[in-house]
Amino acid sequence: MKNIKVRYFAAYREETGVGFETITTGANSPAELFAECATKHEGLQSYSAALVAINDEMSDWNAALSEGDEVLFFPPVAGG
Amino acid sequence: MKHFEITSQAIDPDAFRKQLLDPACGAYVQFDGWVRNHNEGQSVLRLEYEVYEPLAVKEGQSIIDEAIERFGVTNACGVHRSGLLELSDVAVVVGVSSPHRDAAFAACRYIIDETKARLPIWKKEYYENGQAEWVNCKHCGHREHG
Repeated sequence: MKNIKVRYFAAYREETGVGFETITTGANSPAELFAECATKHEGLQSYSAALVAINDEMSDWNAALSEGDEVLFFPPVAGG
Repeated sequence: MKHFEITSQAIDPDAFRKQLLDPACGAYVQFDGWVRNHNEGQSVLRLEYEVYEPLAVKEGQSIIDEAIERFGVTNACGVHRSGLLELSDVAVVVGVSSPHRDAAFAACRYIIDETKARLPIWKKEYYENGQAEWVNCKHCGHREHG
């Protein structure tokens, strides 16, 4: 099990009602972690255009997670 | 000049242009994005940008560097707003100066397109009917990641 910091932004923050939480998890990737968070927070939706970052670097949904990582869940972006 | 920034202050497109003046350049292309009063059939009154600034600045700078590398332009800069904006406020500005126009047009287009697709910036629209909505989410479908 790993301790992972999770941050939610924009629609995700509103859907979960929290901006930040620490989760003890067996998830091996951001994709697995998101699925776990979605079971915890009813209303947290998976979007095909969502993006993920680990420790302030854009990442892949199948990247490896390490103890103490901070995972940022970005709902579909809409700049410009 | 080659930098990207996020600001909570009003953007002055004329002042922005001056930083890209360069006697080695014969072409300058600038894109200004404004707040529009309608979207998807709804009347928009104002909007709000939420920005995760550490990564938006980093990713924006990568896009600027990519454009210079890919199109061989001399200077490229971008600035994007955060916070509350009213109708016709300037939301984003991209400017590119180059010896010749073809590269300047192409690089400017590349930077604004990538900015919209890659930067952690979210837009909440406030409508005339009193509702507010994060743009895009309702159209994304609910497919699983990966």
